[in-house]
Amino acid sequence: MELMLTDRKPDPVRKRSVGGGSQQPGARPPGWAQGLRNLYDSVVSEPLPDSFDDLLKKLDQAGDD
Amino acid sequence: MTDRTQQRRSSDHDDQDEFRNDLLALLPHMRAFARGLCGRPEQADDLVQETVMRAWTARDSFSPGTSMKAWTFTIMRNHFLNDLRKNRRQTQLDPEVAETTLVARATQEEGVHMSDLQRALDKLPDERREALLLVGAGGFSYEEAASICGVPIGTMKSRVARGRAQLHTILEPAGESVAYSPA
Repeated sequence: MELMLTDRKPDPVRKRSVGGGSQQPGARPPGWAQGLRNLYDSVVSEPLPDSFDDLLKKLDQAGDD
Repeated sequence: MTDRTQQRRSSDHDDQDEFRNDLLALLPHMRAFARGLCGRPEQADDLVQETVMRAWTARDSFSPGTSMKAWTFTIMRNHFLNDLRKNRRQTQLDPEVAETTLVARATQEEGVHMSDLQRALDKLPDERREALLLVGAGGFSYEEAASICGVPIGTMKSRVARGRAQLHTILEPAGESVAYSPA
């Protein structure tokens, strides 16, 4: 399968986007583009692990000085 | 102690509190960026903790009104790269870790399996991976990402484009369409 990414003709109409390298207008964005965002957001939404407790205490103490 | 001295100390204390609160609010984003850089969750969290302590120590050099997110990401990136140079890539992704941390969050709708995506991301050169993380996931503009990485904006655009193309190639074997394949 020849990927459209190999097509080097400039396309002044198509709006460039991070995930839109090979999309046709109206097509779904590539799975990885949304996946990259989801990968990031999934970590953002995680609760802070216990390993951060000491760090938080240190900053609290520093703020009380 | 004069009233003016007391006022100044009180103001410094308020500034310090505000700085600390803003810094702590960024922890989730720092963890996400670090996870993308490192691959390993535990190593990423160590990187975040080190970054926070460095940012706290260097708080006087932060310019109020500028982006603390960009400032902390710059500190993190520089620290990560310094460690990387010292100890060239201990960061090979552990497949077992990736499975346990990422698979649970994969969904059919995403098209790409999250562990596949993380593995593909890990195959990219460092500068392309961080470019995609900053612009594609972190929400930074090309200009901000270029500033964080200390490169011209054209270089950042090129890194994103090349990283995007490489990631697409890795994830889309000949004859398959990633966007519509089940996870």
